[in-house]
Amino acid sequence: MKALIQKLVETVGPSGYEEKVREVVRAEIEGWVDEMKVDALGNLIARKGTRTEGGMRIALSAHMDEIGVIATHVDENGFVRFTTIGGVSPRTCIGGRVQFLNGVRGVIYMESLESATALPTLDQLYIDVGASSRETCPVKVGDIAAFDRPFLDLGGRLVSKAMDDRISVAVMIQALKELTATPHELYFIFSTQEEVGLRGATTAAYGVDPELALAVDVTRTGDTPKGVKMEVALGKGPAIKVRDSGMLSDPRVVRWMVETAEKAGIPYQLEVLEGGTTDARAMQLTRAGVPAGCLSIPTRYIHSPSEMVDYQDVQLSVRLLVALLSAPVTLK
Amino acid sequence: MSPATSAPQIGENQIALLEKLSNACAVSGDEAQVRRIVLEEIKPFADDLRVDALGNVLAVRKARTPGALRVMVDAHMDEVGFMIVEDDKDGLFRFVAVGGIDERTLPGKKVLVGSENVPGIIGAKPIHLAEEGETERKIPLESLRIDVGLKGGKKVRVGDRATFATRFWQSGVALFGKALDDRLGVATLIELFKNPPENIELLAAFTVQEEIGLRGARPAAYAFNPQLAVALDSTPANDLPVWDGSENIFYNTRLGGGPALYVADSATLSDPRLVRHFAQTGEQMGIPFQFRQPGGGGTNAGAIHRVREGVPSLSVSVPGRYAHTAVMLARLDDWQNTLALVYHALSRLEPGILQR
Repeated sequence: MKALIQKLVETVGPSGYEEKVREVVRAEIEGWVDEMKVDALGNLIARKGTRTEGGMRIALSAHMDEIGVIATHVDENGFVRFTTIGGVSPRTCIGGRVQFLNGVRGVIYMESLESATALPTLDQLYIDVGASSRETCPVKVGDIAAFDRPFLDLGGRLVSKAMDDRISVAVMIQALKELTATPHELYFIFSTQEEVGLRGATTAAYGVDPELALAVDVTRTGDTPKGVKMEVALGKGPAIKVRDSGMLSDPRVVRWMVETAEKAGIPYQLEVLEGGTTDARAMQLTRAGVPAGCLSIPTRYIHSPSEMVDYQDVQLSVRLLVALLSAPVTLK
Repeated sequence: MSPATSAPQIGENQIALLEKLSNACAVSGDEAQVRRIVLEEIKPFADDLRVDALGNVLAVRKARTPGALRVMVDAHMDEVGFMIVEDDKDGLFRFVAVGGIDERTLPGKKVLVGSENVPGIIGAKPIHLAEEGETERKIPLESLRIDVGLKGGKKVRVGDRATFATRFWQSGVALFGKALDDRLGVATLIELFKNPPENIELLAAFTVQEEIGLRGARPAAYAFNPQLAVALDSTPANDLPVWDGSENIFYNTRLGGGPALYVADSATLSDPRLVRHFAQTGEQMGIPFQFRQPGGGGTNAGAIHRVREGVPSLSVSVPGRYAHTAVMLARLDDWQNTLALVYHALSRLEPGILQR
């Protein structure tokens, strides 16, 4: 599975520009699903299984997009000013590198600040692509880039700039392949534009009109030096979301996930996330409303160029997802 | 490449219509004056025409060819302004802003209040009486009043809307008006509707309540259920020189640069295929255009693209200085180029553009 993860995380796909990721996913799942389509906003929606006794129409969503930057101005000396796509913090930018969709690479640096301890604002940052004038700069206003950092395999832990949320894309692909029988009509949504406000999942969920919805996404951890207080750690299994700042998981969905994990002997953690939300929110609120939850993969350093996951957590997430989807669901 | 058909032109009649539209008062939620003009203009040309529950004008021009793309083109009828919230007697009224208005621009401005357009003034304290340091401070909106005089006070009620009283004027290629945001879009859409590209089904939405959160466009898009959408709007040009002579890197757009194509704002990531198609149209036909600096703000595309199963969308704006103040300044050539670019880009649309 590591090869699949590496291929996914090294593909460039900022929000709104997920095409290359979509092609990787499409090639991976071709032949493993009953039908596939791409909707108006670029979501790849794959159906697997038909509904039999006790089955439901279930939507699963992992987003293909990653955070990035977009050029706002090229100055007379060829420096590129930019703004963010999704939640990019200036402090993770300094000294970082980006790659534009046209292949051009550059480094981010900043104007000199008033004090050595001050943090720059976004307006004080620029990208240097090695050009020396506006005319020779290969970047123009509106060009889009993602952070540029190779995949790193530390053995038990994996690091990439796009674990959020390609790791979940990998988990969904793997689960889809390992799932041999299901009583459900399953819609695997590989969604777009999550990082800018769950936009892809909003329209995909409307189209699928599910009876039950699960997002697969990353969540933060509380296991780093003087880190945030949070009851999730790397290496303790997949996290079952109870709530985040945009959604309260349906308690019946949480119970179903917990009971399934316990029955299958899969270690799990309960997650209460105090910042951020996932595609589950958009799916929960579509049409007349949908019971929803989220399977989260514990991840350190989210929205930095070095997001870290635990490989065992990833594999257990696949197992849990397969277990969840293999049997009839009773929400109680 | 030469165009098969020529784009509609902006002439005296179109400018006269823009003048009428700009002078009409249509603060968000109370768009009747503009709606009346729109209906009168487009009625003879519409294959289908209705006013929906929120007050949007939804008009259809059927395609002349089979299998045509169903394209929604949106322009919002409403403008920013004020609402009267309290009668302080003596013709004085407390008010709040409707939509994004910088209160620093208000004192001393003439306004029109209510459906009878009662004239009034946002009063300012005479400088003779200003206390030391007072001129350094911003005057909070709560302390401002609209003064319509004793007689006018009898015609004004709490809940009435008010707008700037600015009358439209033209000076060479410069167009000045209070509500060019988005009457420029409305006027452009009316021209398109009268001279539609024949290869598409044109779904024209003259929408309400954009300035307070893209509210009208959502039900309009839901009703039309289009295959793709273009929002015609107006966007700030902050292209003035910087006071210290340094390079202006936050101009947003520039007057004279042509229509502004959006790649990203806080409400929408424009569909890259549409951005490419419009840019290529401009390049191939020699129509000037510019990319609006990606960043904040939002247009009705933000509401439209998320409706139902999603709608690939793009915003195209006429640049204008001093947006959301008493006067906006736009340029005739930018307006003409906007009409030309949108007309030709739509004329060259083929269903294949939506394939993935």
